[in-house]
Amino acid sequence: MKIIFLFSLLLSAQSLFAQQDARKQLQTRFIMVEDGQTIELEEGRFEIDATLSIEGKKNITIKGKGADKTVLSFKTQKTGAEGLRISNCSDFVLESLSVEDAKGDCIKAMNVKGITFRNVHAKWTGKLSKNNGSYAIYPVLCENVLIENCEARGASDAGIYVGQSQHIIVRKNKAYENVAGIEIENSLYADVYENEAYENTGGILVFDLPDLQLKRGGYCRVFNNVVKENNTKNFAPKGNIVAKVPLGTGILLLASNQVEVFGNRIINNRTVGTGIISYFITENPVKDSAYYPYPTGINIHDNVYSRERKRATMKGRMGKLYRFKLKFGKNVPDIIFDGITDEKIVTANGLYANEKRICIRNNSGAGYANLDASNDFKNISRDAGAMDCILTSLPAVKTWLP
Amino acid sequence: MKKLISISTLVVLLSGLIAGGVVSGSRPYDKLSDYGFFKGELKNQQPSENVLPYKLSTPLFSDYAEKLRFIFIPEGSNAKYNDSTVFDFPKGTVLIKTFYYPDDFRKPAGTKKILETRLLIHNENGWSALPYIWNEEQTEAFVDVAGETKKVSYTDINGKKQKHDYVIPNQNQCKGCHNKSEVLMPIGPTARQLNFETSFGSETLNQLVFWASKGRLVNLPDLSTIPAAIAFNDSSTGNINQRARLWLDINCGHCHRPAGPAGTSGLYLHYDESDPLHLGVMKTPVAAGRGSGNLKFNIVPGKPEESILLYRMKSTDPGVMMPELGRTKPHTEGIALIREWISSLKTDQP
Repeated sequence: MKIIFLFSLLLSAQSLFAQQDARKQLQTRFIMVEDGQTIELEEGRFEIDATLSIEGKKNITIKGKGADKTVLSFKTQKTGAEGLRISNCSDFVLESLSVEDAKGDCIKAMNVKGITFRNVHAKWTGKLSKNNGSYAIYPVLCENVLIENCEARGASDAGIYVGQSQHIIVRKNKAYENVAGIEIENSLYADVYENEAYENTGGILVFDLPDLQLKRGGYCRVFNNVVKENNTKNFAPKGNIVAKVPLGTGILLLASNQVEVFGNRIINNRTVGTGIISYFITENPVKDSAYYPYPTGINIHDNVYSRERKRATMKGRMGKLYRFKLKFGKNVPDIIFDGITDEKIVTANGLYANEKRICIRNNSGAGYANLDASNDFKNISRDAGAMDCILTSLPAVKTWLP
Repeated sequence: MKKLISISTLVVLLSGLIAGGVVSGSRPYDKLSDYGFFKGELKNQQPSENVLPYKLSTPLFSDYAEKLRFIFIPEGSNAKYNDSTVFDFPKGTVLIKTFYYPDDFRKPAGTKKILETRLLIHNENGWSALPYIWNEEQTEAFVDVAGETKKVSYTDINGKKQKHDYVIPNQNQCKGCHNKSEVLMPIGPTARQLNFETSFGSETLNQLVFWASKGRLVNLPDLSTIPAAIAFNDSSTGNINQRARLWLDINCGHCHRPAGPAGTSGLYLHYDESDPLHLGVMKTPVAAGRGSGNLKFNIVPGKPEESILLYRMKSTDPGVMMPELGRTKPHTEGIALIREWISSLKTDQP
């Protein structure tokens, strides 16, 4: 009896000191670890009140006992803009653990050459809210990135977000109930395959945006993914580019170049199955003279599309566009192209030549529309005949990872 | 004194021990007092001979903590002057910064509580950072790489009682700010930040002249050619644009510059940035997330309340606020300055 009492006393006393202690102990290990070592994290739920960071290390593995067994919870976080921060490292592996409820991003990796996320869950566990952090799994300015068997949920921007990076593989992950499920932004050589992106606002986004250091992404393959039911209300804070993504978006290619989309099942995304759009559709100003705002070299083939016969969203700017300008009713096209083209390189038929072409071929169940946005949506065409072509397939991405 | 002479050789020796930021065992010194930087009681922070005190004209805001700064440059070596960036300091240099709160800000010479002393040590492998946390008795500070959150209470300059958290960063976080192309670097000691007069015991001298007189700074040109020190809160030292830009430089520019940790955002706030777009004028955010506060642009000329920059300066939410480290409170005076600056901007003219 006495022992039980003592035990419960210990448990309640834990809250006061345990947080700083758990954080301090982990942080000290992350600083003291020597190159080449593995940090094994114990089973348990650790309440952490500040960012944990690891910096300037080589060939380190941080490994938990399993995503459901080792949980770093940042619910009580008081300081720092991310849960876990990995910077300026090489050959880094993070696996078999969960990071939850960080105030900013759950896991941010910056300037890491060779980073693997494996069996990592990164989630905001509460309601879907604009107050959730931006990115659950967030490598930026990295080279040789592998994200596999991970789960991301609740991000007010993107669940899995790879930005300004090169040589990237994102495979076999689940991204659900985020604004964007998976986003590849201003990145080169990315293979995104065998993922499930569902119940986000938008499933998979490949974007090139202005004003950044890595100006131009491309050479991205999105294949064999299941992209379904991405009809969640957009809960991103305004001002962010993803706040403009309409609910019901499957795959969206914004100003991206050399992208191949094939073998995907794109199911019940009510507004657009696959969109090919220029940056101008965002209505944001373009002042970066080195930025290229048009999508080119797009190859969409052998995908399966299906959707329930219902209207596109009426919410937001895009919803208004569908409602008042496009007027598709319930006959919403699966694939749309905004029709805004680079006048400098169009040929006589108003389209691009050779590897710059936008090609759509052999997709099952795919309705199409060219929105003619540059001409105030006057001549919307539902005939994909002009886009019937195929580009040379892109090579598989190679990474140099163990 | 004897101890100090050995420091230059010691600091070079330390390089091996601090390599890669890993502090092993009990070295480098567990205790701040072991370095011999101070004479008398440690808490009085009286520098030993050869340890020079200095001040910055516009320091980084750190939750209203006061800072004492000192520099140790080994006998016989010296820093090289330049007019725009941090001086080139020789190996063996140690920058020493002590953070404290006076019990009553209206009596700055009265009792105080010292929280931490940070060392930036220039050794064979470059700079490394070491945080020392003071004990409650205020008799010693101990090296602590993992950081800590402490409660502080004091009476502020307006006589109001204040109580808040004070966050001592972990060793990795030092590099969150002290970072140029992923190399740890000092931020503060530039010509512009040091070029003013202050008292050294009985005499009042320009700090740069003082350093030169001690043989610790060479290539110092005529004072009239050196960029004038600008104090963000003293309008006699610069116009609104200069003072705001300097405040942004010291509080934001260490990260928000092309080679800095926040370079990925494309928002550059260092003093020399001249492109309005990179300064944030009508620039859309990239990865701000909820930091955007439902606003569209970083800076909207003439409209501070529509500018994300000001919104994030005002916030104390860890996922929103900027800078993201080193404060739990808003810097009221800095916010007022930046509000005035944004109000003064004409469209596309920062």
